[in-house]
Amino acid sequence: MSEVSQSPRTEHDAETPVRRRLRIGDSVLSGTTVLISVGLVALLAALLWVLEQGAAPAFMKYGLNFFTSRQWDPVNDRFGALPYIYGTVVTSTLAILSALPISVGLALLLNEVRSRLLRNPLTVLVDLLAAIPSVVYGLWGLFVLAPFLNRYLAPALGATLGKLPILSALFVPTPAVGNMLNAGIILAIMIIPIITAVTREVIATVPHDLREAAMALGATRYEAIRMAVLPHARSGIVGATMLGLGRALGETIAVSMLIGNGLGISASLLAPGYTIPAIIANEFREATSTGMQHSALLALALVLVAIALFLAAASRLLVRRSERMGS
Amino acid sequence: MSELRPPTRLKSVALRKAKSAAFTGLLWLTGAIAMVPLVLIIGYVLIKGTPVMSGAFFTQTAPPPGMPGGGMAQAFMGTGLIVGIGTLFSVPLGVLTAVYLSEYGRGRLATVVRFVAEILLSTPSIVAGAFIWAVVVTTMHSFSAIAGSIALTVLMWPIITRATEETLRLVPNDLREAALALGVPRWKMVLRIVIPTAGSGILTAVMLAVARGFGETAPILLTSLGNDFINTNPLQPTDAVPLRIYNYAQSAFTQWQSLAWGGAVSLLAAVLVLSIGARILSDRQQRRLG
Repeated sequence: MSEVSQSPRTEHDAETPVRRRLRIGDSVLSGTTVLISVGLVALLAALLWVLEQGAAPAFMKYGLNFFTSRQWDPVNDRFGALPYIYGTVVTSTLAILSALPISVGLALLLNEVRSRLLRNPLTVLVDLLAAIPSVVYGLWGLFVLAPFLNRYLAPALGATLGKLPILSALFVPTPAVGNMLNAGIILAIMIIPIITAVTREVIATVPHDLREAAMALGATRYEAIRMAVLPHARSGIVGATMLGLGRALGETIAVSMLIGNGLGISASLLAPGYTIPAIIANEFREATSTGMQHSALLALALVLVAIALFLAAASRLLVRRSERMGS
Repeated sequence: MSELRPPTRLKSVALRKAKSAAFTGLLWLTGAIAMVPLVLIIGYVLIKGTPVMSGAFFTQTAPPPGMPGGGMAQAFMGTGLIVGIGTLFSVPLGVLTAVYLSEYGRGRLATVVRFVAEILLSTPSIVAGAFIWAVVVTTMHSFSAIAGSIALTVLMWPIITRATEETLRLVPNDLREAALALGVPRWKMVLRIVIPTAGSGILTAVMLAVARGFGETAPILLTSLGNDFINTNPLQPTDAVPLRIYNYAQSAFTQWQSLAWGGAVSLLAAVLVLSIGARILSDRQQRRLG
């Protein structure tokens, strides 16, 4: 029997030091990666918890007034965030309205162009637009885009849309250099690559059969896109828009450089405004530690991240559903 | 039924074709519209920023208000320090999370981790700053480069995880199975076969994350604060290029404004080189493995 114990099989089962070391290696690596991955989830939990802790005093003290009051007065320790919420909503809406048609068009274009020679550079250029840091957008916006828009676009809008009965309130001219229109437009430029990338991904998963069937029935390119491609990609495009909206809401630097940082709530897009990220960026460092200012700013950060993460999650689910429908 | 009569139908086919052609034209127009800002931004930054480039720009520190000369040496050093430490933190974290997702992750935990990595990509960067201010700056009682690095880690970790996982999935399963069949333990297979095979893809992921780190202003603003002088101590307030551009752009002094354009050229060059380099690397990787 001693021979049997020398057989490979028994040797294989024995806990030799080498094998133990190999097994330990396995549990070390898998254990470490699990630990770190759980750490990523914990990071998200910690982020929400820390902001919630910081925000709690302000929420306790001001309650719902925090969202409905227009008084933001650090000296007297009174904080109402309505002007910032308003500015954020207006600029983001403006950005989405301008960016969405261009992004969907661009995504369709990138899918339609058959020549690689044109498509690849176009794709790279759209990606580069996403890579430009927001402070560079802000710098360019401040010195080039805003003067241009104030000089040409604002008067043009005032002379056309501004003459219409209800829309006229949106285009009441003000002498301000920074305004919500300019901020909305720089935001639109910044989110175009994001919406385009996701929309393109979704459109790429629409089955070719559908399109070809439409074409075979005599549909023109426009009709095939309209009847076969777009309906299929609809929920994905909604998801892409939500992702873009999330980015627009949280964008700080470029917006704070262009929006004029004015505290009023004005219907006119040509008036200065203020956004949630901008007030956090501008007041955080100078906030006094005695009053409620830090807490109020952390409360705004919490609201912002909650909305952004919700939009990202919803967007992910919609895009995934849309892609699954395609495949 | 009148619209089914041949003449009307013929006309409508022409109309439909015209409509389709117009639509195609419209698509090209959106492409042109999207390219205009890219061309203008790069053009303006080059035109306004390149003249500022000089030896002094890279070696001197912040000039006093209204004085000529000066540079952004302290900002370049600071960005290097903050992004360098941030990269040291986020690369192991990001890569190991990706290894978990691609090599070990099964079931609910993997789904949750992947989902969290995905949505963390959308964390507003200012919020990452506020979070790290509350955790690090208030505990250390000081703004510091290291706080900036940690804030960047919050943003870079999910970026590296997502991109690395994608590239690890490109590694053919044959390679894994061959290694395991030869009796190589799993951990050795991951470290010696999978990761080296995915090497350039991981480098791509890191380059993209570093490019993002270079450009971030908002989180640095709340954590590193800025500094007029060169600082190499990670525990002290530290300057950064995007932060300098932000402050100088909004100043009233033309010298400061032109320094801002100089900073923008350097920043844009670094970010574009990293992004294009990452793109080339990943194309090559995909051709090799796909």
